[in-house]
Amino acid sequence: MNMMNEAAIEKAVDQKMNTVPYKMIGKDVSVYYGEKRALFDVNLNIRENTVTALIGPSGCGKSTFLRTLNRMNDTIDNCRVTGKITLDADDIYDPNIDVVELRARVGMVFQKPNPFPKSIYENVSYGPRIHGLARTRAEFDEIVASSLQKAGLWNEVKDRLHEPGTGLSGGQQQRLCIARAVAVSPEVILMDEPCSALDPIATAKVEELIHELRTNYTIVIVTHSMQQAARVSQRTAMFHLGNLVEENDTDKMFTNPDDQRTQDYIMGRFG
Amino acid sequence: MSTSLLLLLVAIIGVIGYVAGSRRASVLANGKSSNLHSRPGYYGAYVGIWATLPAILVMVVWNIAAPTYINSTVRGEFPAEVQAESAATQNLAYGMIGAIARGLNLATPEEVAAIDAGGDVRAILAGKGVPLADQPQPYMIAAAKHLNEMNATSAMLLSVAVLLVAVGGALLAYRSIAARFRARNRVESVILVSLIVASSIAIFTTVGIVFSMASEAIHFFTMVPAHEFFFGTVWDPRFAAAGSGGTSGQFGLIPLLLGTLYIGAVAMLFAVPIGLFAAIYMAEYAGSKFRSLAKPLLEVLAGIPTIVYGFFALVTVGPFFRDLSAQMAGLATGNYQSFIQAQSVLTAGFVMGIMLIPYVSSLSDDIITAVPRSLRDGSLGLGATRSETIKKVILPAALPGIVGAILMTASRAIGETMIVVLAAGVAARMQLNPFEPMTTVTVKIVNQLTGDLEFTSPQTLVAFALGITLFVITLCLNIYALFIVRKYREQYE
Repeated sequence: MNMMNEAAIEKAVDQKMNTVPYKMIGKDVSVYYGEKRALFDVNLNIRENTVTALIGPSGCGKSTFLRTLNRMNDTIDNCRVTGKITLDADDIYDPNIDVVELRARVGMVFQKPNPFPKSIYENVSYGPRIHGLARTRAEFDEIVASSLQKAGLWNEVKDRLHEPGTGLSGGQQQRLCIARAVAVSPEVILMDEPCSALDPIATAKVEELIHELRTNYTIVIVTHSMQQAARVSQRTAMFHLGNLVEENDTDKMFTNPDDQRTQDYIMGRFG
Repeated sequence: MSTSLLLLLVAIIGVIGYVAGSRRASVLANGKSSNLHSRPGYYGAYVGIWATLPAILVMVVWNIAAPTYINSTVRGEFPAEVQAESAATQNLAYGMIGAIARGLNLATPEEVAAIDAGGDVRAILAGKGVPLADQPQPYMIAAAKHLNEMNATSAMLLSVAVLLVAVGGALLAYRSIAARFRARNRVESVILVSLIVASSIAIFTTVGIVFSMASEAIHFFTMVPAHEFFFGTVWDPRFAAAGSGGTSGQFGLIPLLLGTLYIGAVAMLFAVPIGLFAAIYMAEYAGSKFRSLAKPLLEVLAGIPTIVYGFFALVTVGPFFRDLSAQMAGLATGNYQSFIQAQSVLTAGFVMGIMLIPYVSSLSDDIITAVPRSLRDGSLGLGATRSETIKKVILPAALPGIVGAILMTASRAIGETMIVVLAAGVAARMQLNPFEPMTTVTVKIVNQLTGDLEFTSPQTLVAFALGITLFVITLCLNIYALFIVRKYREQYE
């Protein structure tokens, strides 16, 4: 009886997620650093307005895959990507695609909070300024305020917008970086272990924020914490040694994974 | 015993002490190293230090004290009529005694006997390669012999003392070795002291330089009023003609300072943009292969002696500018009259600028590379182009460091001499045309201090006043640069 019940719920969840359209499609994605191959023909699709968590032991290629999604790997010498990744219908590795435009559509938040050594206001208005999203002072004020509100930082910093962003606490800095990414109005936000440098309270705030952002943005998050993946994501992908092991609804992944390796990793048998 | 042999002996005692000390410690350890406070090597080093360091100290002190004592003893034995003479005459006499003493050491016993018998001392010693200015007086030979005796005694006593101290120190240290003896801490504190001594040498040297310059400069200012020097607009330090005795020159600093700053500014005008652009290319765009090739090549420029740049200016750049200006004037007016002189502010500034490029680029490159990668990623991740990232994130973050680098480069430009001598001439003029020759403070320092000098005339002493002025200017620049670098350093930490 109990078993049946669980199976029924599972199926319902599965169906619910399966109806969500794909935002990004990765087909046979491989990444090479010089001679060394870091990713092996990964086929992973990212669903719209969904939080997708990438998990796996260190060095499994999850961050590498994340960075292929907005071509941040281009900034690394002798890194080569093969396969095809599309955003909506556009092949993002098409030579005609402007990487600058792509990164405006696919924003990124990094492992360590990295605010620019500028004021909070300038940190947030940086993206809109380079992309010409606003012209008048009032428009910039508007973007800065709404971005900071979306990042849940507004009430804490509204009286000191012109103080340096580096003076905030670690958790505030990370939310500032999220506000900075949101200010460009991206469609997808990539987060590379956004909470690994934060304390539990700041982590909780960022996770809550991820929940809220999901309504407007597609989010891909790399995390080392299984609990975090379970808390914030609807879909989870498990990487191991450069291969995609399994991709599933988060609920199913953490209760009844298809692959033995996922089971082992989640149970803490390796990693 | 000669000093080098003595040092060798002390070193041997030290090595023996080291070996014995570590042996004894090993024996005490009884095969279990946890019985000892420190590793056996530290015990050995402890004994070695006690064997060598005090002995060397004794040697140093002795070599300073003994000559002073001997000197005063010999002088005390001068005949009364010599002692009544001036200090300069006494110094001459003492110098002669020293020479005779050296000659006597070289002479064979027969020759010494001949000298004692009243032979021609000058001729005999000249045969030994010791020339004497004059036929020595009889008391000098006696004094020279005494000097030799005392020197021999001193050397012997020194040898005995040093060896005793070395052996004694080694024995004492050896006996103090015990299982819980903290040899490591002692040895490390000796190392610490030597590190402190090494780092204070540079500081004390700087202080010494300042004092030596300051005393001469003060001497100068007693002859020429400070306001005439600092605010004078004419540089004309006429060398006093024989008999005139007057200080008839004019020592205005302003024309020289103006030349220094002008040429320095022109040099920075060339060096800063080129150096900075090169640094940005190297740090942000160049591939690792090109970078590993080009960066050392660029830095080779910094190793070229400045006099070579001077040749370059004199032989190539100066004539090129002159001919170029002649052609330009010819095209414009039909009159082929060059308006840039071969020696000019422009030539010197240009060549000095080339010399400074590697300083600017190398320092700035290090600073730009030090900007954390995370800031770059943050900006690129927002969809900024490389160039926007550099302009809006990296340069602002690196700016304090770059300003510091530029200020340090400026202080180098101010101190540069050889290029200016060859490229801009030595004429101290007050004017603002970059195509005319001018000169700088450093060039005039060299000018005033070349040739036969008497360190009593303002014509010579002015060099020290110039030197200390320059020193203060570059010091202020460097301190300001350090201040800026410090103040903004925490920005991205």
